Amino acid sequence: MLEVEGLAAEREERLLFSGLSVSVSAGEGLHIIGENGAGKTTLLRILCGLTLQSAGKISWCGQAVSKFREEYCSDLLYLGHKNANKTELNCRENLRLALGVLPVSDDAISDALHDTGLGLISHLPTRFLSQGQQRRLSLARLLLTKSKLWILDEPYVALDYKAIEWLDSHLERHLSNQGMLILTSHQKLTMSSEIRVLNLGEQYA
Amino acid sequence: MHKMLWALFNRDMTLFMQRKQDVVTVLGFFLIAVALFPLGISSDPDLLRTIAPGAIWIAALFSTVLALDRLFSEDLDDGTLEQQMLMPVPISLMLLVRLVAHWVITSLPIVLLAPLMGLQFGLAFNEIAILTLSLLIGTPILVLLGAIGAALTVGLKSSGGLVTLLLLPLYVPVLILGTSAVSSTMNGVDVTAHFSLLGAALIVSLVLSPFAVATALKITLD
Amino acid sequence: MSGIRRIPWMKYASASNFYPLANLLVPIFMSLALVLAAIGLHLGFFVAPIDYQQGNSYRIMFIHVPAAWMSMFIYLLLAMYAVISLVWRVKMADIMAYSLAPTGAMFTFIALLTGALWGRPTWGTYWIWDARLTSELLLLFLYLGYMGLYSAIPDRQRASRAASFLAIVGAVNVPIIYFSVIWWNTLHQGSSFSVSSGASMTDAMLYSLLLMVFACWAYTIAVVLRRAQAIILERKKVALWASQISKK
Repeated sequence: MLEVEGLAAEREERLLFSGLSVSVSAGEGLHIIGENGAGKTTLLRILCGLTLQSAGKISWCGQAVSKFREEYCSDLLYLGHKNANKTELNCRENLRLALGVLPVSDDAISDALHDTGLGLISHLPTRFLSQGQQRRLSLARLLLTKSKLWILDEPYVALDYKAIEWLDSHLERHLSNQGMLILTSHQKLTMSSEIRVLNLGEQYA
Repeated sequence: MHKMLWALFNRDMTLFMQRKQDVVTVLGFFLIAVALFPLGISSDPDLLRTIAPGAIWIAALFSTVLALDRLFSEDLDDGTLEQQMLMPVPISLMLLVRLVAHWVITSLPIVLLAPLMGLQFGLAFNEIAILTLSLLIGTPILVLLGAIGAALTVGLKSSGGLVTLLLLPLYVPVLILGTSAVSSTMNGVDVTAHFSLLGAALIVSLVLSPFAVATALKITLD
Repeated sequence: MSGIRRIPWMKYASASNFYPLANLLVPIFMSLALVLAAIGLHLGFFVAPIDYQQGNSYRIMFIHVPAAWMSMFIYLLLAMYAVISLVWRVKMADIMAYSLAPTGAMFTFIALLTGALWGRPTWGTYWIWDARLTSELLLLFLYLGYMGLYSAIPDRQRASRAASFLAIVGAVNVPIIYFSVIWWNTLHQGSSFSVSSGASMTDAMLYSLLLMVFACWAYTIAVVLRRAQAIILERKKVALWASQISKK
């Protein structure tokens, strides 16, 4: 379970949010909304430990994240704005690299790529892929990872409606498997699962 | 954990195999820079022998700075650097592996080419051996220290000139130690002290630099 | 504990308390600097006796030596403020570090310039690769690197932290650089000309030197406080502008 207490962040002398307390437990999802510049991405990066908060603490399973970074990171999967694909490598190689040392068989990778709709072009270097296909490739990680906490920054960007349905079904399955999900999205979520909403702009409106 | 670090090392090697031209550029720079010294100064054999250690070391130093550009910048642009910072291994260890890979890819060829350069400058066999050994111990220090500068400037528009300005003062002690080892050999002076100091500098930077680079990268990604 | 009056150090770590204090201190230290420098230069240029070896040219020492000292003190001070700003994230410490840098660089430059001018009559050349001059030159690069990095990073918070970290790495390296340069110097040049040898200090020379050092300190304090005030105003303006934009 992820617990956040009294979190505050500022950028360029400007307070983005403060006193933010929220918790996400197994099987729960959290949808962070807010206007452009409200600090959604900053919040997600703080939750991952990439950005330093100006106040407050974050704990994972009752332990401070800052002290148990490695344990936390092994439970965490973060997808940012950037797809983190190497343009020289093909889909299969990229996926294999992204998964690190997870014992994943070649068949499982093929299945994941096929499921993502990249099965026929998995041998192509990713520089030949479209924006949407690149996004799908980075989302293919979700099919193979064992991480409990998924933090996704605008996962729906550049996806077509079929891919959105596909992503929805996987997020739902993750939640029903007692996974945790935090995401930002400008669109209204189309998932059928119940998801809490956190509005970052509300505090200062 | 060692499996993950080995995977990381392999990643850098795989990427290198996909993009050999980067390394060829650095090597070409090294060769041309060394060749410019005789052209710019004189072809007098005695003079060339005197300037050889400095010329080869300075060329190696600037090649290191040039190669540092590829250490983090592309990984920052495509988002893989973020993912590496979130790997479930200590960041400093992750960086150490990447720096070792970087050294093997970009500096080791320079060290291997150095004997040829030594021949061009008319160095004797034992002088060439000392030169190569000094580069073998010295270039990892340059990479380890240089990574701090690279981490602080990655993603900036004018990073090339700036990283040189940041790094040159830090490189001075290494340059002095490395070149004076070779010139002392030429003058028949015992160079044990030089190599003890170089070795000590390598150990200290191996231990401290990954932490410094980790701090610098955290600041950059913040 | 009741008997001890605690000095509220942290009170002046906030910009709003610092600003009026600086307003009070700047004129005091600036006039102090002018008076001290006037007396010090008078003593140095007119009262101190002529040197039997170097003639009048040694008098540039009354500027060169304080400037060289200041260049090193200021770098240490800057690194200390950098530690405070990085570890405890005190914003005022970062502002102070950033305000110190140009003054430190200026003193380094003055030390190099007067060193070269002093070198011409003494060594017969403007520049020799003497250990002290060489390390002073490298110190100038450290200052330029700090300021260069600070201004190259558009995000202010990242700029402050990156430059502070660089200043600390530099401070760790200063002794290493210094000793390696001395070592290099003995290898290649033999012993270099030493200023302190031979010439014994008269009282007037000593007082002049001391007064000039104090004058430099007073000047540094005044200028740095004023610069810090300017930075505070500038950042306030940015913050105000940013909050107005976000309200729209």
